[in-house]
Amino acid sequence: MTIDESRLDSIIDEYNAEQGSLISILQDVQAEYKYLPREALEYVAGRLDIPRVQVFGVATFFKAFSLKPKGRRQIHVCMGTACHVRGSKKVLEEFERKLGIEAGSTTKDGEYTLETVNCVGACALGPVVMNNEKYHGQMTPIKVEDLLKKV
Amino acid sequence: MKLKSGKELEAFRKKILAKKNPDKPCITVCGGPGCLARQCLEVRDAFVNEISSRGLADKVDIRTTGCHGYCEMGPIALVFPEGIFYQKLNVKDVGEIVEETIVNNRIVKRLLYSDETGRQVKIEKEIPFYKKQMRLLLSSNSKIDPHIFEDYLAIGGYTALAKVLTGMKPTEVLEEVKKSGLRGRGGGGFPTGRKWESTRDAKGDIKYVICNADEGDPGAFMDRSILEGNPHSVLEGMIIGAYAMGSNEGYVYVRNEYPLALKNVTIAIKQAREAGLLGENILGSGFGFDVKVNRGGGAFVCGESTALMASLEGKPGEPRAKYIHTSEKGLWDRPSNLNNVETWANVPLIINNGQGWFAGIGTESSKGTKVFSLVGKIKNTGLVEVPMGMTLREIIFDIGGGIPDGKAFKAVQTGGPSGGCIPESLIDMPVDYEQLTNAGSMMGSGGMIVMDEDTCMVDLARYFTNFLQGESCGKCTPCREGLLRMGEILTGITEGRGRMEDLSLIEDLSGVLKDASLCGLGTTAANPVISTMKYFRDEYVAHIRDRKCPAGVCRELITYGIDAGSCTGCGQCLKNCPSGAIEGEKKKPHVLDTAKCIKCGICYDVCKFDAVRKE
Ligand SMILES: Cc1cc2nc3c(=O)[nH]c(=O)nc-3n(C[C@H](O)[C@H](O)[C@H](O)COP(=O)(O)O)c2cc1C
Ligand code: SF4
Ligand code: FES
Repeated sequence: MTIDESRLDSIIDEYNAEQGSLISILQDVQAEYKYLPREALEYVAGRLDIPRVQVFGVATFFKAFSLKPKGRRQIHVCMGTACHVRGSKKVLEEFERKLGIEAGSTTKDGEYTLETVNCVGACALGPVVMNNEKYHGQMTPIKVEDLLKKV
Repeated sequence: MKLKSGKELEAFRKKILAKKNPDKPCITVCGGPGCLARQCLEVRDAFVNEISSRGLADKVDIRTTGCHGYCEMGPIALVFPEGIFYQKLNVKDVGEIVEETIVNNRIVKRLLYSDETGRQVKIEKEIPFYKKQMRLLLSSNSKIDPHIFEDYLAIGGYTALAKVLTGMKPTEVLEEVKKSGLRGRGGGGFPTGRKWESTRDAKGDIKYVICNADEGDPGAFMDRSILEGNPHSVLEGMIIGAYAMGSNEGYVYVRNEYPLALKNVTIAIKQAREAGLLGENILGSGFGFDVKVNRGGGAFVCGESTALMASLEGKPGEPRAKYIHTSEKGLWDRPSNLNNVETWANVPLIINNGQGWFAGIGTESSKGTKVFSLVGKIKNTGLVEVPMGMTLREIIFDIGGGIPDGKAFKAVQTGGPSGGCIPESLIDMPVDYEQLTNAGSMMGSGGMIVMDEDTCMVDLARYFTNFLQGESCGKCTPCREGLLRMGEILTGITEGRGRMEDLSLIEDLSGVLKDASLCGLGTTAANPVISTMKYFRDEYVAHIRDRKCPAGVCRELITYGIDAGSCTGCGQCLKNCPSGAIEGEKKKPHVLDTAKCIKCGICYDVCKFDAVRKE
């Protein structure tokens, strides 16, 4: 993929190209592309004068980063303890069945990405599912279809 | 506008208070995590529209605040000056509240809380959930809009900082915190004053003060709620600590999953800078301190002090051995002091009210209050703040209202993935650091997950082990490999492949993890397994010997069936079964074909007549 170097430059310059700001820079790059394109990682490594292996090391260590493109709609099913004891696993399985994909992958049409997350801090309403930025509490398998229908 | 002295701060505060009319109605909508998940912002917007369309915008304030704690009842709104508590609100209720309460000064009874006897309660304080709490930290949340600096000043914000900078030596501050008995709220419970002292005494011109807002415990949201709802209280604590330790630079490390906390603390830092409460020469004292915010990368291990500091340096979050303490060589190899969000938020209270007051709350070894996230199988889910030493029974039954749906209490899990499960036999135990540790669990950061008879303890142990295995950074072998094996053994037991020898194998592995892991993740990783094996051994045995899951959770060990006697033939199960395993005519008992059943449990959930049985 072709990347917009000037856009990357402005992100990097915001942090004065400091090596210590690598994680913040990658977070901003990811916000721009919704994932970390390989070319962008290589460019950041060059600008910060950090070995590529170190940049890829950070990009693969943290769960916040994805090296694969994400779907237009991101469904995050919480698997935290509070949600677990209230049956989040059943909710996840229903999403997997309805979307025909396993957690951690994206539908073929690029529409949905299904992922798990360990607690989004809305534990009182478990099981919690996030549909892009929006929280949905007290989820059950039955409610899955409706949530997927919502635009 | 920069405040150049303590006097200027007080004058500014007076001005703010003079402008406030205590009788002016104010609708306070909770914008905490629980209410957000119930779309409270739509309710808030409806209030804004209703008020402005009635031309009342000048006469009524509307405030969006942080978490009020009683998430179960969300969306919640308080109507001041009286503080009427309206619960479970819907956009449709808004017009009535404005018409009745704001315009006609009457109460909308149907939106009030009513207790078990049906008695309706008007204000928060009288609700059983709040009655026994001691909300020193959390009560401010409903009084301030976290985006409005003046709101924090109006409730006495930054008085502690002014007191420290205009009249106390750093050593005096240190003494005060030491004597208060404050201990860390993030995990280990280390005495805060002593930790500060070692950073203060460490050699080096540059020292760092860091706030741990990584809140990795899955099932806990105390830190999120404090940082979102009252970010200045955390900053004030940090500035005071920095002054005591001689530090001029600080960091707040915020969990990646908490965008609102990140936003609110970033705004608060900007406001504090503009007011001269961060930056050089704070309140004319000559002391300077500033704070940066960093987002975490979504790794549980980054809550560990050395991993957190590595991540702040832009590196993968791998812990290091701690024969040299971070108080001497931490971030960038300089003396660094790390405290949890709640620890920092306690500091202004101690300074304002004196160490004696703080030390008067709690037990012999544990002082002050503790915030718990009371979740799981409990009626009143939410955030509770209680004095140390309150018993589990009081927290779970008096405040939490007990277990829903008439089920029996089974255990409570505290301390997150490093903690353990406490059984019913210990429910009268007072909650403090030592008691929890003696029971095989720990305080941790304050997660309190309640479980009923439908929770399988072996499944829970497997859950935590898998969680930790996924989060292990992989640097040391006992944790990386040990947890993998432990997970395999536990999965085997939950899937009906367990052997009795597995139990001693688990015990052996636990010992290795404890003795040979590099960081706290590995050394405590066996706690959930060991504590469930100690208190619920019979459940392990049932899985292994009888190939049965008594709680009916472990899929491989249960079968579903329909009880013909109870089935009314309503057809709900048939309609919802994803695998077509149920057949039957309307109004006649249905049958479930176990060969086609994928055990998703949907029929069990939808049946209103308890006709679907698990065995
Ligand atoms: C694996 C691991 C995860 C941790 N996660 C957190 C966390 O999310 N938040 C926190 O405040 N402390 C966490 N801690 C504890 C910190 O290492 C540290 O002890 C604490 O932040 C110190 O602050 P305190 O003295 O105020 O409690 C964790 C420790 C370990 C070993
Ligand atoms: S104990 Fe686990 S998390 Fe800690 S350093 Fe070792 S491998 Fe990493
Ligand atoms: S455990 Fe699911 S939101 Fe916290």
